[in-house]
Amino acid sequence: MREIITKIDEITGNIATLKAAGVGLGELALLQSPGRETLGQVISLNGDNVTVQVFGGTKGISTNDKVRFLGHPMMVKYGNALLGRIFNGSGVPIDGGPEPVEEEIPIGGPSFNPANRVIPKQMIRTNIPMIDVFNSLVVSQKLPIFSIPGEPYNQLLARVGMQAEADIIVLGGMGLKFDDYTFFKRTFEESGVMNRVIMFIHLASDPVVECLLVPDMALAVAERFAESGKRVLVLLTDMTNFSDSLKEISISMEQIPSNRGYPGDLYSQLAARYEKAVDIEGSGDITILAVTTMPGDDVTHPIPDNTGYITEGQFYLRHGVIDPFGSLSRLKQNVVSKATRRDHNDVMNTMIRLYSDCRESRNKIAMGFKVSKWDETLLAYGQDFERELMDLNVNMPIEVALDRCWAILARHFEPVQTGLKDELVKEFWPAQ
Amino acid sequence: MGMGRVVAAYGNMVTVAFEGSVRQNEVAYILAADGSRLKSEVIRVRGERCNVQVFEDTRDIQVGDQVEFTGNLLVVELGPGLLTQIYDGLQNPLPKLSQATGLFLKRGIYIDPLDREAKWDFTPTAKVGAWIEAGDILGWVPEGKFQHQIFVPFDFIGRAEIVKMAEKGFYTVADTVAEVKDEDGKLHKLTMMQVWPIKIPLKLYQERLLPDQPLVTGCRVIDSFFPVAKGGTACIPGPFGSGKTVLQQQISRYAEVDVIIVAACGERAGEVVETLREFPHLEDPYTGGTLMDRTIIICNTSSMPVAAREASIYTAITLGEYYRQMGLNVLILADSTSRWAQALREMSGRLEEIPGEEAFPAYLQSRIAEFYERAGFVRLKDGRTGSVSVIGTVSPAGGNFEEPVTQGTLAVVGAFLGLTWARSNARRFPAIDPLISWSKYPEQMKESLAKVDPHWVEIIRAAQKFIHQGSEIKKRMDVVGEEGTSIGDFLIYLKAEFLDSVYLQQNAFDAVDAYNTMERQAYSFRMVEKILKKDIAAKDKDDARDIFFRLTALFKNWNASAWQGDEFKRFESQINDFLRG
Ligand SMILES: Nc1ncnc2c1ncn2[C@@H]1O[C@H](COP(=O)(O)OP(=O)(O)OP(=O)(O)O)[C@@H](O)[C@H]1O
Ligand SMILES: [Mg+2]
Repeated sequence: MREIITKIDEITGNIATLKAAGVGLGELALLQSPGRETLGQVISLNGDNVTVQVFGGTKGISTNDKVRFLGHPMMVKYGNALLGRIFNGSGVPIDGGPEPVEEEIPIGGPSFNPANRVIPKQMIRTNIPMIDVFNSLVVSQKLPIFSIPGEPYNQLLARVGMQAEADIIVLGGMGLKFDDYTFFKRTFEESGVMNRVIMFIHLASDPVVECLLVPDMALAVAERFAESGKRVLVLLTDMTNFSDSLKEISISMEQIPSNRGYPGDLYSQLAARYEKAVDIEGSGDITILAVTTMPGDDVTHPIPDNTGYITEGQFYLRHGVIDPFGSLSRLKQNVVSKATRRDHNDVMNTMIRLYSDCRESRNKIAMGFKVSKWDETLLAYGQDFERELMDLNVNMPIEVALDRCWAILARHFEPVQTGLKDELVKEFWPAQ
Repeated sequence: MGMGRVVAAYGNMVTVAFEGSVRQNEVAYILAADGSRLKSEVIRVRGERCNVQVFEDTRDIQVGDQVEFTGNLLVVELGPGLLTQIYDGLQNPLPKLSQATGLFLKRGIYIDPLDREAKWDFTPTAKVGAWIEAGDILGWVPEGKFQHQIFVPFDFIGRAEIVKMAEKGFYTVADTVAEVKDEDGKLHKLTMMQVWPIKIPLKLYQERLLPDQPLVTGCRVIDSFFPVAKGGTACIPGPFGSGKTVLQQQISRYAEVDVIIVAACGERAGEVVETLREFPHLEDPYTGGTLMDRTIIICNTSSMPVAAREASIYTAITLGEYYRQMGLNVLILADSTSRWAQALREMSGRLEEIPGEEAFPAYLQSRIAEFYERAGFVRLKDGRTGSVSVIGTVSPAGGNFEEPVTQGTLAVVGAFLGLTWARSNARRFPAIDPLISWSKYPEQMKESLAKVDPHWVEIIRAAQKFIHQGSEIKKRMDVVGEEGTSIGDFLIYLKAEFLDSVYLQQNAFDAVDAYNTMERQAYSFRMVEKILKKDIAAKDKDDARDIFFRLTALFKNWNASAWQGDEFKRFESQINDFLRG
């Protein structure tokens, strides 16, 4: 049993400083106030002064509270008993169920050795045509959804969770509104997938430091499942709240901010999490889909900017749809027409090119220029494209979606106008 | 060996109280409670205390932990067997680490960078009785397609006489190949291996020369418009997703150099994997061996420790300087130098130094300059020449080129290949923007370029003017519409667009188009130039657009056809028909 310290020297923000010996960086501390216990983590040492970041916040903590160091870093439970369960940002169950009896594993573990990585070649089907057909999600990919606040990003995330081919879904909620939390819970329960879902939820009203632990816990658990051969999909929402917590804490640590108040290591912090996405040769894998709400719809804001430099593409959610122009899956070329039907690549490119022409025609009209017959064709095509494929309610396997692409093309164009190769037209162009 | 104790720790910076003396930038090991030895580097000394940056995860470090100072600076091992290796930022071989520690990296595990078991076929060239000094050649071993020279250690002090030389035969890097007696009569055993501190430039050459030979990358817009010289430097800044990495990967495959060193510095691990898995199966366009045979990968990706990321850039360039010493041409591709600058920033913040712009340290600019200055075209002591060239990507925050790392880099490099979203979003790849990019090399390479074409520099300058003119017309046209533009201007605009689509743009994923020799570049450019100069007889704008639409398609097919093959000739004759018509 380690010594119990009963004097805290300094309390500011989420930080408490006290005197102790034999304490290691990253070690956990238990702070006990009358009627309340909270964990904290050692973030700096200076002589016998120990600085502890208090997960539950320092509100109400008194200088004579008891502090005990636990001799190990932050851990999370891992095992099948976690399936279907919901935990808070400290790893405590919040679904009314018992504490699962399972092994404890450390969070924030070391990097996967790059030499052990393989080139990912499998697609994850989501049955959302704007993803499957136009920006396919690839196993082990890390992809954010860039969204203006107010867009249905959590709905999209939940749908991907329900429909994606994954053995296990780990949802990390950061700064989640209670309504959104309830929405996720209800959606997963009603669709019958809850038995393969694990949720780590930090609510908007929870202490800010707990927010930082959510991705690490979610990813530590995911990593172990992947090592045991499982296909894991990690859904994180909202990484902007995570980054804002980093900012808040670094400012209270009096660190010099680099850009709009964010710490200089924001890139490394985000990368440490996103790089957990991996395809383990001969075993399981982790794919990460995360939400990044863009403050002021500004993609140059430090959060989306640093995210874009880390992830393998991005989905832009705008006006309720996945915008086919800014969105990009950088890994799609690994699977398109390789893991999918051979017409996929050409259909994808043709559909997008014609849709971009349609947008140009719309601009022309908006500027009051004359409308040609060709413009009219494009406009009609664009409308069908939006209604039958882009609408987020459209739900179908990729093969059906590709057939629908051909149907829409045939409805509006002659084969030559599409520029599609003859041999593909012969095989796929629908008979009149 | 000095000793010390940890007195404070924060992030990856640890303060150590030491006894005796320490040396700035010397390597120290922190002995953590779990028994691991954590490699660190002294970065500041103040009185009885020094700050060290730890190259590993600092979890569990405690006040009172013992620290061992080695007295040595951070070094890399040099010798045969570096090629084809995949190292982390501190020169740990990653595939061997994986055998030792499994799927994940483990802190405190260090493996010999050079294989101690492998035997090399050594041929001595130095003779017993000869006097030698640092950098002299003792013999060579074959490594890939090269004669890998074995040097007297670069830090060997004074002169010495060879008293014994190994016979031709197979030796490991640790075996003695020569025994020498220095002027004080002291005996030294020399092996095929030596170490060199990574932060100290290796300057054992006769003189630095003005880089005047082009480094052919195979990428048309670079080689023709914004060329890089052998021994020169270039930077590729661009916002995320604009194509920096794809461009570097393309260069790493096709560049006409002897050795490529890829430094994946703080970027995605997944991107290195492509190089790592594919290079062993891809043919080197110059030698017939595999691409891996001429490649070294330094891989310190974004989730690996930040201090080692800072070191990785120096590790790469030191290995480059070593191969230059053999009279070879080396190209360092660093992706991304911004991550290295950020590593400097993180450490500077922990040292509580007074921050400059965007919290980067005040010495950022000078560090960038020092790094790029290590590139160079040199004449060695035996008269041969060698070069280290550097092409580094920059990842500017918010895609804004005004930020400190881009600006600091632009101040020192010889060529600027700026990528923009305007081009990458329009799928105009490589997204090097011809309106903002520049190269200082055409002037100094004038003589070599004249071999391509006697008027090459002027021809290219004229073409650049065309691009600018086209862009001016486009800007006006966006305001007044096509109706308000004269057919003459409209044709200039179309010609500029044509030049852009068929020459500046290049399909990195097409086996043929991805790479053009200088000969082919000159050949196609002359053809493009004829189109630019030709009076196009167009009935109206629609007709003009149509003509260029067809011409563009024709040239693109030509670009995709194998050099001087049947297809190539067929498309060429169609182009000639047009020019005659
Ligand atoms: N030459 C090219 N031809 C076709 N597509 C390209 C080309 N260059 C880039 N791309 C597309 O752009 C994507 C991003 O390119 P790349 O990874 O090189 O960007 P980057 O500038 O390195 O981005 P980051 O700063 O985020 O690392 C690629 O995945 C590919 O889809
Ligand atoms: Mg890149």
